[in-house]
Amino acid sequence: MSVQHNDSAKFLVGVYDDDEVVLKAVTEVKSAGVRIHEVYSPFPIHGLDVALGHPRTRIGIAAFLFGLSGLLTMIALTYYTMGYDWPMIIGGKDHYAYPAYIPVMFELTVLFTALGMVGTFLVSNGLGPTVKPLMFDLRSTDNKFVMAIDLSKNKQSEAEIATVLRASGAAEVNVKQF
Amino acid sequence: MHVTSPVRTPLVTGGKTYADVTEDICKQVEGKPTRAWTIAFVISFVVLIYGTCCVFWTWWEGLGVWGLNKTVGWAWDITNFVWWVGIGHAGTLISAILLLFRMKYRTSINRAAEAMTIFAVLCAASFILMHMGRPWLAYWALPLPNTFGSLWVNFNSPLVWDVFAISTYFTVSLVFWYMGLVPDLATIRDRATSKVSRYIYGAFSLGWNGGAKTWARYEYISLILAGISTPLVLSVHTIVSMDFATSVIPGWHTTIFPPYFVAGAIFSGFAMVQNLMLITRVVFKLEDYITFEHIESMNKIILLTGSIVGVAYITEFFIAWYSGVEYERYAFLNRMMGPYWWAYWMMMSCNVISPQLFWSRRIRRSITWTFVLSVIVNIGMWFERFVIIVTSLHRDYLPSSWAMFTPTMFDIGDYIFSFGFFFTLFLLFAKFLPVINMFEVKAIIRSASERLPTSVSGVAKGESVTNPTFNKNVE
Repeated sequence: MSVQHNDSAKFLVGVYDDDEVVLKAVTEVKSAGVRIHEVYSPFPIHGLDVALGHPRTRIGIAAFLFGLSGLLTMIALTYYTMGYDWPMIIGGKDHYAYPAYIPVMFELTVLFTALGMVGTFLVSNGLGPTVKPLMFDLRSTDNKFVMAIDLSKNKQSEAEIATVLRASGAAEVNVKQF
Repeated sequence: MHVTSPVRTPLVTGGKTYADVTEDICKQVEGKPTRAWTIAFVISFVVLIYGTCCVFWTWWEGLGVWGLNKTVGWAWDITNFVWWVGIGHAGTLISAILLLFRMKYRTSINRAAEAMTIFAVLCAASFILMHMGRPWLAYWALPLPNTFGSLWVNFNSPLVWDVFAISTYFTVSLVFWYMGLVPDLATIRDRATSKVSRYIYGAFSLGWNGGAKTWARYEYISLILAGISTPLVLSVHTIVSMDFATSVIPGWHTTIFPPYFVAGAIFSGFAMVQNLMLITRVVFKLEDYITFEHIESMNKIILLTGSIVGVAYITEFFIAWYSGVEYERYAFLNRMMGPYWWAYWMMMSCNVISPQLFWSRRIRRSITWTFVLSVIVNIGMWFERFVIIVTSLHRDYLPSSWAMFTPTMFDIGDYIFSFGFFFTLFLLFAKFLPVINMFEVKAIIRSASERLPTSVSGVAKGESVTNPTFNKNVE
């Protein structure tokens, strides 16, 4: 989730040079009792979400439900048009010759899954064309790995946290205020 | 930690850092268009204008401007349609099926291949609109209430399945491609120096900031998208083949069509990817990212699918004989030895014989050979569709209606339109969007790079090593 826009939010930003270092650093910083706001990276680092303690995403359930709704929509549409509204005998088969509708049912299942899941993804991550991202360091989409610590959510002093970050391998420690 | 056996050939050469990857690929987007790009764009655009005039005339005058007759009611239109849809399949195969198989070589080619898919499907759809004759009534293909004009569409018909298959395929491919672009667009946004590009790339990157939670969900949806795109891509060409296979025309009424069409689609699509990537690689100087290993891997797929296609041709022949159906036997003999023998042998030599050269490692790793053979494969695959469509139609049950098909300048002009359309779109893509998926390449640097630099992150643009205050917002 994106950060709330309150004017007082002050962050300490650890900038790391290496994806393996930042992955280890997460555990070290956490064991030092510092709460991490989020880690930003230019590419996905496997195991990072687990190290940070993020819960497993449930977006797959949403995808399944969207797929199911696509399937049911097409079953309803084919049944209504071919079997109920204007039944015709085509090729001597039943009005509702469902095996012939499997291809369209499949297509609509896929379409609903894809659009619904991606839509859910955008909404749940607060992404959209007018969204202004909170960038702790512009290089975090290029070559650096950035750990953000919300100072208001930690008891330790700024200097103490900075020491922990440096000890965990951060190349730079900056202050960022929104 | 992931360890890769040293036996594996590296996929990224030149000891690239993460910053190098960003720089090498963003450079093309941020810089002025090169001379080569400008010339290519002007040519494509002129071709597009000529083609558009031809298409306009086709719509204005009606389908009478084509060389169709009562016997041959489908010819270049559907040939071109199937050819373009088939080409599109390679993009989905690379981005979805190779993702499921965890083939790392996909990372450098998936972006451009998916762009190719989208543009190829648009070209294919343009032939569907053209062959309707009255494209302003194209919405009749959708299930609309009877009072809207026509009856409900007939869901028993593969042509209706095709409407759903192609439109779903286009939409899902577009979504998949765009979702892949979002993190890279954010990279361009954060490097942008002008207000306009920061605004445009900012809007299209949807406020992406690369948080760990976002990445975790992102990887999850990529996997599901790949999982649903895989059966989707197979279903699309299966349904295209059923446009023919569910009919009772000798030469079309063949149960082998679905797998045979899918293999042929991947075959021609990879050939097109090769052509596009070999040029892009040289023009944009991406030799470190699209290596001989990539070229060779794709050639192996061309060899495999080309051989499947070859086996399918022979099986078709055998079954035509084995069925004992006189008309079926005649249809196939007529293909081979009838008046369109040249098209048949063109197809056989381009699709069955020429890819067999790829058994040689030297040829697989030769740029010239790869380029030439890929062009030949695409010529062959166009003739395959022409052979299936025209030779099956031109002589059927009633000898008095036998006829030949000769293309007119509008058949040719409408085909030329699709080339202009395709290359104009592809060149725009190559200039304004990153042609290589930067974040995926960065993710494999550690495991698949030729050698790792001492500092894997490198130095970002505008960042100074001695004075690390790149971030303007640091207080």
